[in-house]
Amino acid sequence: MLKLRALRFSYGEEDYQFDLSAGSHSTSAIMGKSGSGKSTLLNLIAGFLKPSGGDIQWLGESILSLPAEKRPITTLFQQHNLFPHLTLHQNLALGINPSLKLSKEQHQQLLQSLDAVGMAGMEYQSAHTLSGGEQQRVALARCLLRKKPILLMDEPFSALDEATRESMQVLTRDTIENNKLCAIIVTHSQNDAIALEASTYSLVNGRLSSHT
Amino acid sequence: MSQTSYKPPWWLPGGLSVLAIAALAGLPLLALMNEASNLTLLDVVNDPYNRRVISFSLYQAILSTALSVVLAIPLAVALSREPRFFGRTLLINLFSLSLVIPTIVAIVGIVSIFGQSGLANQLLQNFGFNSFSIYGLQGILLAHVFFNMPLAARVFLQSLENIPQEQWRLAAQLGLPSSSRWRLIEWPAIRSQLAGISILIFALCFTSFTIVMTLGGGPRATTIEVAIYQALRFDFDINTAVALALIQLVLCTLIMIATHSLGTHTTQGLSSIKLNQNTLYASGHYFNGLIISIAALFLITPLVSLIVKAFNPATIGVITHAKTLSAASNTLVVALAAGAIAVAMGVGLQLSARHLRLRLYKHSSGRALQLVGNVILVIPPVVLGTGLFILLRPHADVFALGLVIVVAINSLMALPFVLRILEGPVLQAAQQHDRLIQSLGIHGMPRWRLLDWPHLKKPIGYSMAVSSTLAAGDLSAIALFGSERIATLPLLLYQRIGSYRHHEALTTAVLLLLLCFALFFILQRVIGGKPDA
Repeated sequence: MLKLRALRFSYGEEDYQFDLSAGSHSTSAIMGKSGSGKSTLLNLIAGFLKPSGGDIQWLGESILSLPAEKRPITTLFQQHNLFPHLTLHQNLALGINPSLKLSKEQHQQLLQSLDAVGMAGMEYQSAHTLSGGEQQRVALARCLLRKKPILLMDEPFSALDEATRESMQVLTRDTIENNKLCAIIVTHSQNDAIALEASTYSLVNGRLSSHT
Repeated sequence: MSQTSYKPPWWLPGGLSVLAIAALAGLPLLALMNEASNLTLLDVVNDPYNRRVISFSLYQAILSTALSVVLAIPLAVALSREPRFFGRTLLINLFSLSLVIPTIVAIVGIVSIFGQSGLANQLLQNFGFNSFSIYGLQGILLAHVFFNMPLAARVFLQSLENIPQEQWRLAAQLGLPSSSRWRLIEWPAIRSQLAGISILIFALCFTSFTIVMTLGGGPRATTIEVAIYQALRFDFDINTAVALALIQLVLCTLIMIATHSLGTHTTQGLSSIKLNQNTLYASGHYFNGLIISIAALFLITPLVSLIVKAFNPATIGVITHAKTLSAASNTLVVALAAGAIAVAMGVGLQLSARHLRLRLYKHSSGRALQLVGNVILVIPPVVLGTGLFILLRPHADVFALGLVIVVAINSLMALPFVLRILEGPVLQAAQQHDRLIQSLGIHGMPRWRLLDWPHLKKPIGYSMAVSSTLAAGDLSAIALFGSERIATLPLLLYQRIGSYRHHEALTTAVLLLLLCFALFFILQRVIGGKPDA
């Protein structure tokens, strides 16, 4: 269970307080207009921002003091998920070991993850040659390789065209299902929430409220 | 699970750079202050020699600035009004060449045209005028205009080219006469740059060393920089040197504050110019052509004359002379060492500044950290040299350490340029991916090797090229610490000019010029790789 307890953040005029409980294998969609603080919420959970109060717990233990890379969390950003000048292999390997040294086993896992997102055999292509949809697939593959139980997604489908978005939504839903992840997506689109079969929350005036 | 690699603290690269700068600039400054403690400022300012030097420094800088700026305006306007003619881009690019051409080399060229037996004086005599002397105030002004007028013209031209096309179209539709276009469109664009470029040129001319040393001379045409040099090297008068250094420090600080409040940068010449084809103004006035031709002649003839005259009976003797060869190798060593140190300090400062900005959201601290690298703008090379002289003299033979000190001073001189070149690229190498980098835990060497280096090798190559070239052509530091035994090409060139060996000087100048061009292009290529495909 991922729990946010009175997680507070203030910056100038902005003031947020988040309370949320998400099951260890569940999908939650946070809906809100742009500027409502959706990204702030994800940045707090991921450890990119420091909250001014409250707590974040995973399986009953606080993860607040952990730096971003040590948290049980992996993130799929809206774009710029891959380093364009590196190959897919390098981009994926960075998810396992930042110095790119992989064991044979890890190399196998890397190839499997690429296969799982339908991009088998493309590991030595340079990332900048991929389309936006393909880049998101590879990024999702890296999220899997990181073997983190929590998957955060920040508008992961908004930069994609309609046809690509649909197939990416299906792939993401299946991935969450097969790996039994705790997934949290922030989006402005109702369609994303429906496609991922997520429980929805809305973020208004700096507070979360359950939709159903 | 990710394996942990060593994570150096974010302040380490910047901290090491600050330490290096503190040692290279802070300690000499303290030594200077300490030595100055037995002077009273009033006595220093009241001394008639000091007063004359100070007022001449200000006087020549004000005149040089005014001439450069006033002459640059018609040139920039003419270039903007003539959007297409053969060689336009080449001419505009030539405006920034002063970055690569060492001052002392250009002076040799200027003297070969405007000197006693130069082309310009011969023409004057043919028409029955008196010849003029290149030495003294007029020579200093001429050389300052040669270097700074193109700089100002470039800045004005950029401002003119930035005027939106719509404004020109509107002016054409309204049938505005050329005088109204000037008053309503062109002059406001130029005026917006006037204060910034004036203070910049003033700062450059005020601290100008090489030009004043070669073309000035005598107590009547001496600036503070040159007077410090003379006090240290010829009169062994530490007190006068320290007093003048102190005054220079105060005045440079004031200029620096003024520069900052106007938001201009001393490294302005580096920004690439974006040319906009203003097709509506293709009015083909002979007057524009005349202005452009005169400016082109003024800028190009000294260089052409220099190159042509470099091949003379002395050529072979000069390039095979042991002194030339040892000076050339010293120049190379100084250039590469100073360049590498400047780049290392610059990269260190920028990496830590980036962390402050992107991760800690401390923009002003990041800015302040970068400013540390601009210390040389407040403590000009000769002042720094005086400090180093006082600091090291009790402990070592400063002339035996000559080259080491020259490298230190030159690396600080190049640092503002390095910082300016690297600032944007270092930030861009992280900006879009910073959260991703953070969540993947990429830091230390892997981050540098995989993510920063591929983005930074070109700007690093460029900054290494610029700083090495600057160091190769610098005369100020080596003039203070060089000797008969230890010289670089600029010093050797200066000595050959001083002993009126014109042929040797011309060849040496072209040799130095070639070395600078070679450094400039080879370093960019070797470090930065091939130009973008």
